[in-house]
Amino acid sequence: MSAAVQAQAATRLLLSGNEAIARGVWEAGCKVAAAYPGTPSTEILENIAQYPDLYAEWSVNEKVSMEVAIGASMSGARSFCAMKHVGMNVASDAFMTLTLAGVVGGLVVAVADDVGLSSSQNEQDSRFWGRFAHVPVLEPADSQEAYEMVKQAFDLSEEFNTPVILRLTTRICHVKALVTVGERDDRAISGFKIDAKRWVLTPANAKVALPRQIAREDALRQAAEKSALNLIDPGSDRRVGFVTSGPAFMHVRDSFPDAPVLKLGFTYPLPVETIKAFRAQVDVLVVAEETEPLMENELKAAGLADIHGKDILPRLGELTPNVLLPVIAKLLGEAPPPPAAYAKIDPFPRPPTMCPACPHMGVYYTLSRLRKRVQISGDIGCYTLGAGHPWNALDTTISMGASMGIALGMDKARSEDTKDKAVVSVIGDSTFLHMGMQGLLNIVYNRGNVTTLLLDNRSTGMTGGQNHAGTGKGLHGEDAPRIDFAKLCEALGVKPERIKKVDPYKLPTLFKAIKDEIEVKEPSVIITDRPCVLSEFYDGFKPYAVVDKDCNGCSNCLNVGCPAITVSRTGIRQRPGMPDVELKFTTIDTAMCTGCHMCVDSCGPKAIVPLHALTEAAQ
Amino acid sequence: MSDNIITNILVCGIGGQGVMTAAEILAQTAIAKGCDVKKSEVAGMAQRGGVVTSHVRFGKKVWSPVITPGTADILVGFEVAEGSRWADMLRPGGIAMVNTIRLTPPVVSVGLFKYPDDPVAQMRAAGVTVYDFDAGAIARDLGDLRLINTIMLGAIADYLPFPAADLEEQIVGRFRARKPAMVEVNQKAFALGRDAARQSQQALAVNG
Repeated sequence: MSAAVQAQAATRLLLSGNEAIARGVWEAGCKVAAAYPGTPSTEILENIAQYPDLYAEWSVNEKVSMEVAIGASMSGARSFCAMKHVGMNVASDAFMTLTLAGVVGGLVVAVADDVGLSSSQNEQDSRFWGRFAHVPVLEPADSQEAYEMVKQAFDLSEEFNTPVILRLTTRICHVKALVTVGERDDRAISGFKIDAKRWVLTPANAKVALPRQIAREDALRQAAEKSALNLIDPGSDRRVGFVTSGPAFMHVRDSFPDAPVLKLGFTYPLPVETIKAFRAQVDVLVVAEETEPLMENELKAAGLADIHGKDILPRLGELTPNVLLPVIAKLLGEAPPPPAAYAKIDPFPRPPTMCPACPHMGVYYTLSRLRKRVQISGDIGCYTLGAGHPWNALDTTISMGASMGIALGMDKARSEDTKDKAVVSVIGDSTFLHMGMQGLLNIVYNRGNVTTLLLDNRSTGMTGGQNHAGTGKGLHGEDAPRIDFAKLCEALGVKPERIKKVDPYKLPTLFKAIKDEIEVKEPSVIITDRPCVLSEFYDGFKPYAVVDKDCNGCSNCLNVGCPAITVSRTGIRQRPGMPDVELKFTTIDTAMCTGCHMCVDSCGPKAIVPLHALTEAAQ
Repeated sequence: MSDNIITNILVCGIGGQGVMTAAEILAQTAIAKGCDVKKSEVAGMAQRGGVVTSHVRFGKKVWSPVITPGTADILVGFEVAEGSRWADMLRPGGIAMVNTIRLTPPVVSVGLFKYPDDPVAQMRAAGVTVYDFDAGAIARDLGDLRLINTIMLGAIADYLPFPAADLEEQIVGRFRARKPAMVEVNQKAFALGRDAARQSQQALAVNG
């Protein structure tokens, strides 16, 4: 349990931004909180779940989490939802009309951008949503601010009858800093009041709301100009001043301790007049924002022509001191900072691997055997690693649940070269329930010829093993209804005889199932049913070992991709009239092996045996 | 601002080695000494066997959570090649404290890449001051591989801006509360880590 959960008011704690936000949400008297996991935002809901007196859930996707928050707000409860940047794309349909209807109980949406792209498929700037939806955006710069601003966001939401975006980045979510916590402000729920003119957004009702939304934005602009969240630190060296927000402020302050800085926390609507006044106080103004030039372009449009921003700073990634320092030195005509004292040593890459006994390995091993006959449309999760070594058995990844829609598009757009290839989509259980199942319905409805591999490992694995509607457990680990994937696929229209449940540890069975289904010219689904090895549902087996004298060096077991199997020695096989073959003899790290048995099926000479058999034979 | 001296410690290793825990203990020790602290962790997909680093910064007032390359005071390498990967983060005169264990990833094992013969020698050739020792061997002698964490913290204890006893108390205090039986062995591990670092430093002074 996070130390923040039981901390008394006025306690000072080292908290990640995500832990600090959870505390702030609870203190603000929030009653309903919902999210779908997504790095770097996942731990916000995991922490909220530890507090008493509020309802928290894993929703099936971000849009649903937004809708749950909207329903609670309509009912007069303070409500909250959290998501990563790409989750906001999913939630935006509900969000873009919520903004017209407004709120009863304060509603805060925390959106976490993966600036620097440590664990995402793209790098987006979620501050755009404030402009798009005409709602305020608050940007904390560290854990303490994240904690304070989420509380202020609830107040702002109720004061201006608007949802509020709390914009985070990885350096807020996953940086720990000191936070002084406070008391909970408990609030009663007023209850839903029927008001069709407000909540039923027909064109007639929406038309009435539109001017109110514009007036609200004007009022918010005035509030931003006066907000205590926008602060000037005058500094002593006026040669260059900065307008900045979020973690970029910390990097600016660190790099230029004497520079004047206008630090914006309430960044949309942009307090243009405040910035203009600040402009007059410095020789040169630089806008330092992660990642897009949103403030910069707005300031230029407002007549501040002689400012710098993305003309000198990068439009992607973090504005860390090592990025800022040389750029500003050049701007001032100073010598660049000295290079690092020591040369960079680049040993070898250490890419993420699948875990020993990961059931996904069986699927990708099998697909790699069928590689020449299939196009493989992939999805988002640990199984995206199937694109890499040694499988090279995943051809696309775009967005959550996209594998089946993309597979159908591939099926409908065949060339002479690809007309005989099978199209396979690969998707995990959590992603299937998130946005995937509509894609399967679409394949059925449009008579597509796609084989879907539904990898049910009973876990939202990539984000750390969260529960979902298919695990049988809820956010708090309590029992919950568990969806039956086979029945669900049948209900979506896949013929029962085209739905197969297969144990992915049984490679010959899996191979036959995939081979059979890709030959059938209609929609089919193969469900694999081994749990994630990191989940509570996984029970390991006894480890295996390689009998060295029986190993012929064929290295087929290495193609399973298990990190517990390594090369012990190499050799060359020479045969007259044949090209030389490189041999790789293998060994199994028995401390890592949990006995899934997949490599046993991959071994021709039967050199992989239970460890206990090997040790008994030696005795 | 010149009195705002910041200590930068970069802890690196591989998912599951205890990098985050070591960084957390360093951060808590600095807090106990009245410092402002920031601890940055971008593990990314590291739980799947990838590279893990944690930046720990403390002093009067810490702004950026990120250590700028070339400014780290201490590099704690839980694995020797990982230590070499981040050695250029050190400032001139900074030290690298490296566990000599070699953990080979699958891409090396299957022959796609080569594990360097001697990462410590590479670091020294680049001019880095490296103190290296086999923390795994010490942990095995003490009967518990999980002690590597305490051994590595003990190893850097004499190079921090506060007394070694403060760091030791932070570690031991955790066990006193939860697993009193582990207090003594952790004290031993901490002391042996300190000794190992000192011996490596002396050997380096003698041999150049």
